[in-house]
Amino acid sequence: MKQYETVIGLEVHVELATKTKIFCGCSTRFGGEVNTHTCPVCTGMPGALPVLNKKVVEYAIAVGLATNCEINRNCRFDRKNYFYPDNPQDYQISQLYEPVCLNGHVDITVNGTGKSVGIHEIHMEEDAGKLIHEENGSMSLIDFNRSGVPLIEIVSEPDMRSAEEVISYLEKLRTTIQYLGASDCKLQEGSMRADVNLSVREEGSLVLGTRTEMKNLNSFKAISRAIDAERNRQIRIIESGKRVVQETRRWDDNKEESYSMRSKEDAQDYRYFPDPDLPGIFISQEWIDAIKADEPEFKTAKMARYAKEYGIPESDADIITDSRHMADIFEETVKLCGQPKKAANWLMVDTIRLLKENSMDPEDIRFSPENLAKLIKLNMSGTINSSVAKEVFEKMFDGDMDPESYVKEHGLAQENDEDALKATVQKVIDENPRSVEDYRNGKEKAIGFLVGQTMKAMQGKANPGIVNKILKELL
Amino acid sequence: MSLMKYTAIELGKMIASGEISAVEAAGDCLEAIRKNEPDINAFVTVCDEQSVLKKAEEVQKKINSGELLSPIAGVPVAIKDNMCTADILTTCSSRILSNFIPPYTATAVECLESAGAVIVGKTNMDEFAMGSTTETSFYGATKNPHDKTRVPGGSSGGSAAAVAAGEVTFALGSDTGGSIRQPASHCGVVGIKPTYGTVSRYGLVAYGSSLDQIGPIAKDVSDCAAILEIISSYDTKDSTSFKRDDTDFTTALKNDVNGLKIGIPGDYFGTGLDSEVKKALLDAADVLKSRGAELEYFDLSLTEFAVPAYYIIASAEASSNLSRFDGVKYGYRTGEYENLHQMYKKTRSEGFGTEVKRRIMLGSFVLSSGYYDAYYLKALKAKNLIKQAFDKAFGKYDLIIGPVSPSTAPELGTSLDDPVKMYLGDIYTVAANLIGLPAISVPCGRDSKGLPVGMMLTGKCFDEKTVIRAAYTYEQETQI
Amino acid sequence: MADKIDENMLEYISILAKLELEGEEKEQARSDMKKMLDHVDKLNELDTDGVEPLVQVINMQNVFREDNVTNGDDRNAMLKNAPAKKNGQYMVPKTF
Repeated sequence: MKQYETVIGLEVHVELATKTKIFCGCSTRFGGEVNTHTCPVCTGMPGALPVLNKKVVEYAIAVGLATNCEINRNCRFDRKNYFYPDNPQDYQISQLYEPVCLNGHVDITVNGTGKSVGIHEIHMEEDAGKLIHEENGSMSLIDFNRSGVPLIEIVSEPDMRSAEEVISYLEKLRTTIQYLGASDCKLQEGSMRADVNLSVREEGSLVLGTRTEMKNLNSFKAISRAIDAERNRQIRIIESGKRVVQETRRWDDNKEESYSMRSKEDAQDYRYFPDPDLPGIFISQEWIDAIKADEPEFKTAKMARYAKEYGIPESDADIITDSRHMADIFEETVKLCGQPKKAANWLMVDTIRLLKENSMDPEDIRFSPENLAKLIKLNMSGTINSSVAKEVFEKMFDGDMDPESYVKEHGLAQENDEDALKATVQKVIDENPRSVEDYRNGKEKAIGFLVGQTMKAMQGKANPGIVNKILKELL
Repeated sequence: MSLMKYTAIELGKMIASGEISAVEAAGDCLEAIRKNEPDINAFVTVCDEQSVLKKAEEVQKKINSGELLSPIAGVPVAIKDNMCTADILTTCSSRILSNFIPPYTATAVECLESAGAVIVGKTNMDEFAMGSTTETSFYGATKNPHDKTRVPGGSSGGSAAAVAAGEVTFALGSDTGGSIRQPASHCGVVGIKPTYGTVSRYGLVAYGSSLDQIGPIAKDVSDCAAILEIISSYDTKDSTSFKRDDTDFTTALKNDVNGLKIGIPGDYFGTGLDSEVKKALLDAADVLKSRGAELEYFDLSLTEFAVPAYYIIASAEASSNLSRFDGVKYGYRTGEYENLHQMYKKTRSEGFGTEVKRRIMLGSFVLSSGYYDAYYLKALKAKNLIKQAFDKAFGKYDLIIGPVSPSTAPELGTSLDDPVKMYLGDIYTVAANLIGLPAISVPCGRDSKGLPVGMMLTGKCFDEKTVIRAAYTYEQETQI
Repeated sequence: MADKIDENMLEYISILAKLELEGEEKEQARSDMKKMLDHVDKLNELDTDGVEPLVQVINMQNVFREDNVTNGDDRNAMLKNAPAKKNGQYMVPKTF
């Protein structure tokens, strides 16, 4: 059987984190009542005109700089003409001829091998409204709250060869954009959306095969599955002597198959032309410099610094820096308590576990670095032991609160006083003659049981180290 | 005599002095409309009498309290039906907007309202401003008050006819390829298209966005200058609105053209121009010369390319601008449909008239895959060359004088069959829109049929004042 | 290029423009388009080699608004003209 190579390029749409829409002063806030964030501009009223949100250009430039793009000093908007009910003007304001960023690249590592994925361009555009299909009905309903929300579309070169590379590229993009604060990049909520352009060719061939575009991919898993399915579908077509048709397909993740979105009413001829309602944009070197100066320290740089400054191993730093929010909490906590290893541990072990259990993103972490630092100090000073600390931490995770007052209010401080503990230890010795006997006969392990019994009697609030010491003395 | 025989400024003075009230003026205006409409059909919508009178009363109160000092406070006005007016039907003379009541008001109309003008109605036009006769309106043709068997010109034919018939003292029009100047010329009134970006387009239902400008149609140059001064604004809602601090146009109302250099493009006066129109224009040029202007014939060049370039650009933009009329958000929706695409197609096919469909088809074609470079891009390049030709001319001249239209108003029903012949009628006016230049049309006599002839004076970008000064001088010199 | 307007092209453009032309209207549209294109084809006589396409005549750049919310809830005003609506939304025939 012939060997095939998969060739993949991505079109990634990212909703920008502006307060208002790209061309009007309507809020972009998520979850408003249907159509309450609308005005003549974003509902396509006759006579309404667009005015560009400056912040959109700034975010686009920032993402372009972070992905090694050239900034197009003279960019402008074009109209993409097509009829669809979620597109109120029946044209989308986008960029074709002079996009804002060009010729960038993103470096990824897959299975230890580095690779550079080219970025063909980044352009700015407006999002469409939302169509809601009535169950069992013959009608669809439109909510224009999302209409006009700013997007950037990041178009890669066809440089990827596997689902692993695609995921790695997307993760890199997501982290970078989140670090910039330009978007929260949530695939499930649609603030990051990836369309996959895929073709196959015989191994060794230099000619690109006919590609298809896959839409409606809402998770990394769906992307992986869709890539495998489409690769296999195309190979099957070629093996059977037929030709792959260039088309847009929609992925159904439940059925794990895709179907063609083509219809004879769809000409796919967008008749792009420069939008006469929007004057051109000149991006000066000063403007670029100012945006560059505001650039945050990115993941790779942070990982290197954590290793050097705090002695945090790369694998740990990798987890902590996956989210800028978590990295910020880490750095702030270290600043307050001076315990990088402890802080790292709380974040990469306990926090990650709790996030997973609650299906939350690192962006959703609510506890403050101040309180995490206090907790670390409480534990280090011996005021609370580790198991109590875990308990307190879980409370902090659920809803940020001051661990010091919590420990005080709930009487969780541990007993460190030897005299105060002696009576309880003696009682445990008296009540467990067999374990005492075992210990004295050389069964070292038996002491663990006795420590546990003492802790239980103290309702967990004893310092286990001290209990151990007293036990040994008394025995 | 009806108060509507006065100019807007004269009427404004009478109201300001207390000689008459704003309510009387409004009542008189509505009466004039009632009397003339059966013959002229200049309006799509005449506002409800009670609401107009109430509005006039409110304005009168503000005049009395000294709050309103504008020269048109209390003066009734008619608005072309492609400008959005909150709570007043706005149809663009199209079936597809036959039930559209905008939730907001166009900025230019807001400017008039804050100056105390009282809106009495919305004027008829060629559907979506596509045409030069006002015959493509879904609401029937408007007739030329000078000869009711003839068209008033277009597309702002309703506005020009309403002023000429004495239904109002002034009106707003819009000009995409001559749509203010040509009907003003055919109806014997004055109309000015300002420099692109001078009057906000916010709320003007777009035809050709890079070409559209709103302007006044009135009885004389003084009215036009005063009204243009009021509607000019830097509007943050229109990204193509230009910030200028020289819109005090009434300061240019001077009877003085001494030393002004005026170019006469020889290419405008060759074949195709009606001989009587030509004579009227050359006589008018002589008047300016006698007042000290320096006139010179020159070769503008590229004239024959302006109309093709214009129709490609205007149709392309229109095909996109008119996409939004799809039966989803507002306006007409067809009665029966089986699915979405059928709803779109039936709604648009039933909602738009023939000329609009022609231009949407042409515009869609010139932008379509494989033809963009050959048509649309080519037209943008031609536009550049035409601009260079005008830049060169304005290097030598302060103004260019020319005809507005190759002939006086044609008879009703004779223009629509041959689209190309109709488009060629715009040959003198479209260049100003392509390049954004200010241009005025002033009456300069009549032909042997008694039909008005208009003279067009075109200036450099942002130089309305020279245009206004020359037009005013001509008007003063020829007043009887 | 006016001869490009054959039956297929006309059908194609009417799909792009969402217009439905039937019978006589179709014939008329074809003949009108042919005439219009014959006319605009005149531009081919113009030498535009090396000429930049001119998009904007009045030279303006960087017209922006600041990222501040200025609009409140205007749903009823926006929906007022909708030909069909339900529960605060615009209603259209099912899109798939």
